[in-house]
Amino acid sequence: MSQAHDHAASHGSVKSYLTGFVLSVILTVIPFWLVMNGNLNPHDTLLTIAGFAVVQILVHLKYFLHLDFTTEGRVNTLAFLFTALVIVLLVGLSVWIIFSADALMMP
Amino acid sequence: MTSHATALHDTHAHDHEHHDSGASTQLGFWLYLMTDCILFASAFAAYAVLFGNVNGGVAGKEIFELKYVLVETFALLFSSITYGFAMISGHKGSKAGLLGWLAVTFLFGAVFIGMELHEFGTLIAEGHGPDKSAFLSGFFALVGMHGLHVTAGLIWMAVMMLEVIKTGLTGRAMTRLNCLSMFWHFLDIVWICVFTVVYLKGAI
Repeated sequence: MSQAHDHAASHGSVKSYLTGFVLSVILTVIPFWLVMNGNLNPHDTLLTIAGFAVVQILVHLKYFLHLDFTTEGRVNTLAFLFTALVIVLLVGLSVWIIFSADALMMP
Repeated sequence: MTSHATALHDTHAHDHEHHDSGASTQLGFWLYLMTDCILFASAFAAYAVLFGNVNGGVAGKEIFELKYVLVETFALLFSSITYGFAMISGHKGSKAGLLGWLAVTFLFGAVFIGMELHEFGTLIAEGHGPDKSAFLSGFFALVGMHGLHVTAGLIWMAVMMLEVIKTGLTGRAMTRLNCLSMFWHFLDIVWICVFTVVYLKGAI
């Protein structure tokens, strides 16, 4: 039974896919609704939709891509974490450097 | 539940014969996807930098239709869960179930690509092509790159359906379907970033 359980965990079950799907629908509809209504000020809206995006990415990684810290899945998760670090450096530093350079170049 | 567990146990035993090459193939494919992530991240960085440079033309707010994008998002999200169901059928050894769910997935993916092509076509026809401003270049490059990936995924899916019809659910086919599964779900994750950074942020 425990072996069957491990197997279901690594490939997902109908229940886990449905959980991921329902969470994703909620995490998609709320940010769209926020922007379409435009009740919040732009700054808060931006922070909120960024937060929803991060949570939805985590939901997809867990329920659709089955990333976890079991012996079998650990390598994939570590590779992803390293890539996430590279992406934060790549995007964050690029945007920072180029906007700073742009600000300094302005007459 | 008992029969379900036994079925899973059987597939597991079956998988085990191909475990070595299958597992390393899937890890290798996952590492490729991570490099693809970095490619997308570069396109996102370029878009973020170029976003404000509209060259006197339209800004995001004027051309993005959020309701349309929401439908596209749901097409991709539905395709994600139906691909999951296809893999569950495959692991249970149900060839018909796998092919049926793959066909549904293909349909949702095709709806997404069709809608995206329609959006691009409308923009270009209205004179907002990628040559008009740095913002539009960045937009077409980023969203178009995701669209090309989805198109590649659709072609791969069609090939896999033919392979399963011809040779059945072999270990080799399941390894390839697992790789496509990672590719497909990965593209849905990239789309979360696209609709947040491009469409929602652009429309605020």
